[in-house]
Amino acid sequence: MAKTITLEIVTPDKMVLKEEVDYVGAPGINGEFGVLPNHIPFLSALGIGSLYYKLNGKKYFVFVAGGFAEVSPAKVTVLAEVAEKAEDIDLERARRAQDRAEQRARQQQEKLDHAAVQAALARALHRMKCRANAVSEGTCRM
Amino acid sequence: MASLRDIQNKIVGVKKTKQITKAMNMVASAKLRGAQNRIERFRPYADKFHDILIDLASRADASVHPLLEKREVIQNIGIILVTSDKGLCGSFNANLCAAANRLAKQKEAEGKTVKFICIGKKGRDFIRKTKFEIVSQYAEHMTNFDFQLASETGNYVIDGYLSGQFDEVHIVFGKFVSIARQEATASQILPAETAEAEAPAGASSEYIFEPSVEGLLAELLPRYVKVQMYRGLLDTSASEHAARMSAMDNATKNCDEMVGSLTLVYNKARQTSITTQLMDIVGGAEALKG
Repeated sequence: MAKTITLEIVTPDKMVLKEEVDYVGAPGINGEFGVLPNHIPFLSALGIGSLYYKLNGKKYFVFVAGGFAEVSPAKVTVLAEVAEKAEDIDLERARRAQDRAEQRARQQQEKLDHAAVQAALARALHRMKCRANAVSEGTCRM
Repeated sequence: MASLRDIQNKIVGVKKTKQITKAMNMVASAKLRGAQNRIERFRPYADKFHDILIDLASRADASVHPLLEKREVIQNIGIILVTSDKGLCGSFNANLCAAANRLAKQKEAEGKTVKFICIGKKGRDFIRKTKFEIVSQYAEHMTNFDFQLASETGNYVIDGYLSGQFDEVHIVFGKFVSIARQEATASQILPAETAEAEAPAGASSEYIFEPSVEGLLAELLPRYVKVQMYRGLLDTSASEHAARMSAMDNATKNCDEMVGSLTLVYNKARQTSITTQLMDIVGGAEALKG
């Protein structure tokens, strides 16, 4: 019986990650779900948030947005439009995006695309949270 | 007959042109490598996406999602024409425009209304001269684009499709076959065509779906449109560079040929002038003797 499961994260621009891991926790659209090796086949849309995996007792974080995950007993494939490992997250940019979104939410109330602003804000906040999680777990250099 | 100096100037000019075409050839080949790498990296994503979507679509009825459903009356056709922004790449853009024009004419002959969405300046300029309407255009993007552009244009056609502005959307792009071959290709992107491809039976039949097959389809279909858009963009960009490479290679060769023939003309002219001068001298000497 396999003790590890392969995690593969792919975006349109590149393969972000391919690793043998012990556990994967992903932000499903209906709430977070966890995957251990030998999980039954499963397909889920993902929300915006942090995906994490455990390897040798350590937790590693990856920010994902706009994707879905295909789970088979030996492999988890995540297809996301955006995926960034915690250490690759541009905090400065996330902060700017947050400011911009909040500013926009305050201005011109009528012709505002609320969904887009909300999504932008959520992305910025989750990016920062993802990084903070990784730092507190000690799996990411500051 | 041109003077010696004129010919010499011309030779120098042609040599300078040759330097430029040679440099452009090398730039294009470097860019082509980059574009090919991007296609390579995109392929796993696109393939996986396609597999999952086909699998899902085979489980659901085509009527569950408006992007899948074929409309009974098809009146408005949207054609996305992807070309490059810059010229000097042989017949590449001309081929794409001709293919788009052919498709538009054919649809028009069937009594349908054709509207264009132009990505890239060359295609836009061409369609402007025809009688077809351009409803949206994205120029100056092709030199440096990412998935964002595919997202933007994808959202535009999806919105247009859902609001009834289009009943069918096609994309015309330069398919990258090999460095020596690029094909202007037209394919339909909306409604999404999944019916003809049968899902591999059995292997993945015991999936749990979250939220549900229909919910997932609703999430995936708009993205599938964007994936196809992105593929069209990537292919066109690679094709453009490949076409420019061979066009510039030809131009460099032609420059060589021209320098050769001009040098011949120059030498002949030089010879003639020497002969004339000699005749003068000899003539003068004879006269003095006389």
